[in-house]
Amino acid sequence: MGRTVTASDTRAQTPGDAPTGEAPTGEAPTSDRRARVEIAAALAAGIVFGAGLVISGMSDPPKVLAFLDVAGDWDPSLAFVMVGAISIAFVGFRLARKRSTSLSGAPMSLPSRRDITPSLVIGSAIFGIGWGLVGLCPGPAFAALGQGHADAILFIVAMLGGAGLVDLVRWRRDGDPDGATGT
Amino acid sequence: MSDTTFTPIASLVGGLLIGGATTLLVLASSRVAGVSGIAAGLASSSDRAWRGAFLLGLVIAPALLAATGLFTSTTWTIEPTTLVVGGLLVGVGTRLANGCTSGHGVSGLARLSPRSAVATATFMLLGIGTVTLLRHTGLAGGLGWAAQ
Repeated sequence: MGRTVTASDTRAQTPGDAPTGEAPTGEAPTSDRRARVEIAAALAAGIVFGAGLVISGMSDPPKVLAFLDVAGDWDPSLAFVMVGAISIAFVGFRLARKRSTSLSGAPMSLPSRRDITPSLVIGSAIFGIGWGLVGLCPGPAFAALGQGHADAILFIVAMLGGAGLVDLVRWRRDGDPDGATGT
Repeated sequence: MSDTTFTPIASLVGGLLIGGATTLLVLASSRVAGVSGIAAGLASSSDRAWRGAFLLGLVIAPALLAATGLFTSTTWTIEPTTLVVGGLLVGVGTRLANGCTSGHGVSGLARLSPRSAVATATFMLLGIGTVTLLRHTGLAGGLGWAAQ
């Protein structure tokens, strides 16, 4: 989480200095390059991900609710989204696991937690209720905004507020705001 | 309540794109494409630039699709109160669980993570339960909710 801080600090200290071969000055272009690669990759990934959400129907709440309505006029389409996404991502994470660094040069680190905690189960239950109430989850809310549904911003702001509330409570309890991060 | 059509091919193709984007992000930057975490970290983390770029990509994707003629518009309306209550529940829940449909449901299951299997089973079950209660019992009317 501290990578970009280091990058900007180094850049600020050495504007236009000739590299001396020492670590601090030699690091600046590398960190800049890493930040640029990561921003470009994130933008490209966001566009492809968003296109996938729109094409698949995930950003259409009535379709999501019809998928969850197994006792009614069930539309199982969205099960195919999971099949498609997981099969590709399964290969992707296998490839990632074999690498020690990402293409940007960042150390390859994947989530490693295995503990089933009360907050995992309770949180997922609360999320499921919200998802079933509206038919929107986080990614599709942003895509729906881009599809012209301006009122999706209400959902997004409330969602960020809810997440901020959890961070605040955790921070007051533990004094560790970063304890909340990491899948 | 509205009728939807069965779209296995479009949904599969959309899923392949989502999986491709997830693969791109992890190989390029060693990041997991979990949208709830990416968005929540916008407020609390120091690395805002790539998070903002990813979310911007999600928002501009429909417009780019429109340029290719593949755009599909949606015509839903949801009560503002429902959007806010649902958004709050989704925000609190995904932050407590450290992930949502993308982080747990796609990336986590693809990594064969037991945590994500439990999370996905739980939110699927509660999502189905909520829709069933609202649509097939008198609960929605009793609470004054318009069942979607």
